[in-house]
Amino acid sequence: MNYGNGGLSHRGSFFWAHFSWPENCRTGRGELYNIQVHGCRAPSLRRTALCSALTHPLVAVPLVPSDPIAKPEVWQTIPAAIREQLADQLRPGETPLCWFEPDLDRNLHYRCGLVVLTNQRLLSWEPPDGAASSRPLEDRIAAASSAWESGWRCWPLEPGVTLRVREYAGAGVLEWVSPSERLACWRYSLARAVGARRLAAALEALREGRAVDVSDSAPPGGAECASCGATLQAHQVACPRCGAMRPKPPVKSLWRLHRFARKRFGAILLGFCLTLVATAASLIPPYLTMPLMDEVLIPYEYGQRDDLSPVKWYLLGLAGAATLAFLLGWARTYVLAWVSERIAADLRQETYNHLQRLSLEFFGSKRTGDLISRISNDTDRICYFLSVHLLDFANDLLMITMTAGVMLWISPWLALVTLCPLPFIVILIHRVRDRLKHGFQFASRAWAEMTSVLADTIPGIRVVKAFAQEKKEIDRFRRANQRVLTANDRVNFAWSLFDPVMILLTDLGVLVIWGFAVYQIWQRNITVGVLAAFLQYIGRFYARLDSMSRIVTAAQRAGAATQRVFAILDRKSTVPEPTRPVRPGRLRGAIEFRNVSFRYGSRTVLSNVNLKIEPGEMIGLVGPSGAGKTTMINLICRFFDVAEGAILVDDIDIRSFPVEEYRRNIGIVLQEPFLFYGTIAENIAYGKPDATQQQIIAAARAARAHEFILRLPEAYDSLVGERGQLLSGGERQRISIARALLIDPRILILDEATSSVDTETEHEIQLALENLIKGRTTIAIAHRLSTLRRADRLVVIERGRLVEVGSHRELLGRSGTYARLYHAQYESAGSQHTPAAT
Amino acid sequence: MNDDAANDAAHVANGDFALEYDALGQLVYIDAAGRRHVGVAPVRMFPISDPDGPVSIVDSNGRELASISRLDRLPDWQREIIRTAIAEREFMPVIRRIISVSSDVEPSNWEVETDRGRVTFQLDDEEDVRRLGPYRVVIIDAHKVRFLVDDVRKLDAASRRILDKYM
Repeated sequence: MNYGNGGLSHRGSFFWAHFSWPENCRTGRGELYNIQVHGCRAPSLRRTALCSALTHPLVAVPLVPSDPIAKPEVWQTIPAAIREQLADQLRPGETPLCWFEPDLDRNLHYRCGLVVLTNQRLLSWEPPDGAASSRPLEDRIAAASSAWESGWRCWPLEPGVTLRVREYAGAGVLEWVSPSERLACWRYSLARAVGARRLAAALEALREGRAVDVSDSAPPGGAECASCGATLQAHQVACPRCGAMRPKPPVKSLWRLHRFARKRFGAILLGFCLTLVATAASLIPPYLTMPLMDEVLIPYEYGQRDDLSPVKWYLLGLAGAATLAFLLGWARTYVLAWVSERIAADLRQETYNHLQRLSLEFFGSKRTGDLISRISNDTDRICYFLSVHLLDFANDLLMITMTAGVMLWISPWLALVTLCPLPFIVILIHRVRDRLKHGFQFASRAWAEMTSVLADTIPGIRVVKAFAQEKKEIDRFRRANQRVLTANDRVNFAWSLFDPVMILLTDLGVLVIWGFAVYQIWQRNITVGVLAAFLQYIGRFYARLDSMSRIVTAAQRAGAATQRVFAILDRKSTVPEPTRPVRPGRLRGAIEFRNVSFRYGSRTVLSNVNLKIEPGEMIGLVGPSGAGKTTMINLICRFFDVAEGAILVDDIDIRSFPVEEYRRNIGIVLQEPFLFYGTIAENIAYGKPDATQQQIIAAARAARAHEFILRLPEAYDSLVGERGQLLSGGERQRISIARALLIDPRILILDEATSSVDTETEHEIQLALENLIKGRTTIAIAHRLSTLRRADRLVVIERGRLVEVGSHRELLGRSGTYARLYHAQYESAGSQHTPAAT
Repeated sequence: MNDDAANDAAHVANGDFALEYDALGQLVYIDAAGRRHVGVAPVRMFPISDPDGPVSIVDSNGRELASISRLDRLPDWQREIIRTAIAEREFMPVIRRIISVSSDVEPSNWEVETDRGRVTFQLDDEEDVRRLGPYRVVIIDAHKVRFLVDDVRKLDAASRRILDKYM
């Protein structure tokens, strides 16, 4: 190991190996500490060596030559040319702390640049204006290395000058501003947003004398994405934010089913053997007709023999072969149908399992109808393909090979002539393939679109009727239906051509055989028996080609279905399981938001939220809608993961817990309680299926649901529908409270639990909630501020930022946002219901 | 907070306001009464379906200060400054040609030629290719950067074939 002091630059194997301290950044942590830090993270450091060198001034980097095999992605993000050029720009003792590559120029055209923060200066480089923007950066550097001298700008880090980040739809701007003017600005597309913010944060950290260290917000074993700076889990090869920019090889999607087939290898092998034998058995009868004709019938006809006694043996043989073929065919079909049914079931199950594990983000962007259709229709289509089409195809293929073999054996010349049309058929099949593939995808999409319309309007039928939009919806369905029709028409045109062509080819084939065979018989090369056998074979042969042509259609259809199913299976959960999980057990319930930011698309929903919640404390989240309250809750529940920063529960990053075990500590009561189809008891016990009757009743009592449940005809055994049609809003809400109570969570989340009910019901629910929040860390969102009167502290959020924290009284005294909200509500509500008791 | 009247956006018909950039690079809106609002932003109300249509000027808190019924009815100098400011905020490259798509299965990488140069982006989901009207398509990449295809018919055959799969 070699620790340098100052910039070291090795041509070809350049690495920063700085161990200088930024002047105003002495933290008192010693060298040993740093080496230790480095030591324990050595493997990952090697991977992200450059990144570390740039972002961790406190971490010394060993001089490892960048061997081409272990070349990490990080290396590739900064082109070697830039690394060397940057090294030349640095002064002795100057340490790069953080870098950022803006990817847009002033006119928002794509063009790469570089901004580097060092302990002394801010450096920036941009290519000269004339450089063609469409070429990759490395090319341009190679083309115009002289541009390097001119492209650099630098600014000393004067007090008062800061980096400001502003982000808009799709693009952002990083500005270098002094109190009086803007000194420079760099534009970037959102793909680089995290990098820009990290640079600004690094400067801030440097100013405050903190180490420019991102590791404390990263989960154990975490690393940073090289290109965007997002936190990566240890097992994540690809960054979930900026994505793995590694193209996947195009897959023949059907082949991917082999993963499911492998489990059933034995049965598939058995099926294959049966197919082989069955096919062979079915080839016997035509073969027997040959000697029957040539040795028995024809000689008899010409009076060359006078007994027909061998005929019975031949007939017996024919019957025996037919019976054998029948039995074997039966067994084969059954075995293979059995297998394919299981493969499809496995596929369906795995897709559903995977679907359940995906984060909410996925469901937010998908339409229910489409997802349902993928799991039900598409897997069924695959099953049908495997059990019917693929089986037939394998059968046909065997039949063709074996028939061709037998024919070649009997009469090579006649066989060759018979097989002549084969290449043309193959070409034809191939031609149509491409057209059909897209056609079927199009049709499948159109179908999903149509089901989506159904899934949209049937649940929303009340709205449709209330606004008298039946006609419009009928029109919408008609359009979707029309699209299905158009799509199918397109496909039908292509494959309707198949059948007639096949028939034509069969007829031509028979004609060819007749012609050639007659010639051969005339030449005395073959016998009439051979012709008879060939005619029988060719009938089968072309029939097989005919049915084989259907495999094209079927395979394309199934391929499209497989692709749609695998599109789900390939999706990685954005809420990944940790590689080295920490068992949460029963948590105390202390929650801490540490510099948490979250973006939904280009919208920053939360920025830099810091909040500590004590165990057992009740927090009320207040703020206008869209302020980010629900996002905070979703982050606590780990429905999503934070973009930056960390959420800690009991001082442990929640990303280190196994998701399921962690969520077992959380109870949630939503604005729209969802009841599953089942009895009331089952619904209450949803989170704890092994709950005893006593526990269920106790939970219902505490939730003040017991009495109304008893009024129902079947009490706890009453069935509630998909949306709990039987019950009123308040009743459903109390059942969902009982559900949350039963699992006895450490952390309780109330998301607008009372906003959809009337005041009287709210009072009931309030009483139920009081039982629920006792002794638990509670986070409640409510628009009606009266709901939050029990909260220990109120947290006011506005536009993704935490603006006020304090008790009701304190906040009211401060006459800030809360006071304004409170008064607005108090005045509008009048005396109807008094908000929080003062 | 004390100026609640700001909620009622002044409906500016033509030009009794001024817009300028200050030294910090922020857009300043000067209303009819001469008050300066720093850090305002023009927002197109229908950026895709009617880009020259109504525009709202909002302050840094997202409150509307003025709304302009149609951008194309403003005097030139005002329209230009608003256009510049909008161009800064609305980053939506227009795809001219699709060079390649890495895979049939998402996530796939798209290399495209846009009006702002060539770029590679990642498509997460086939549903992020959205049709807006019969010939206009917007593609939303993994970072939610939106790429517009203004008119599918104007693309070359190869690009159209790729896009066809998603339509």
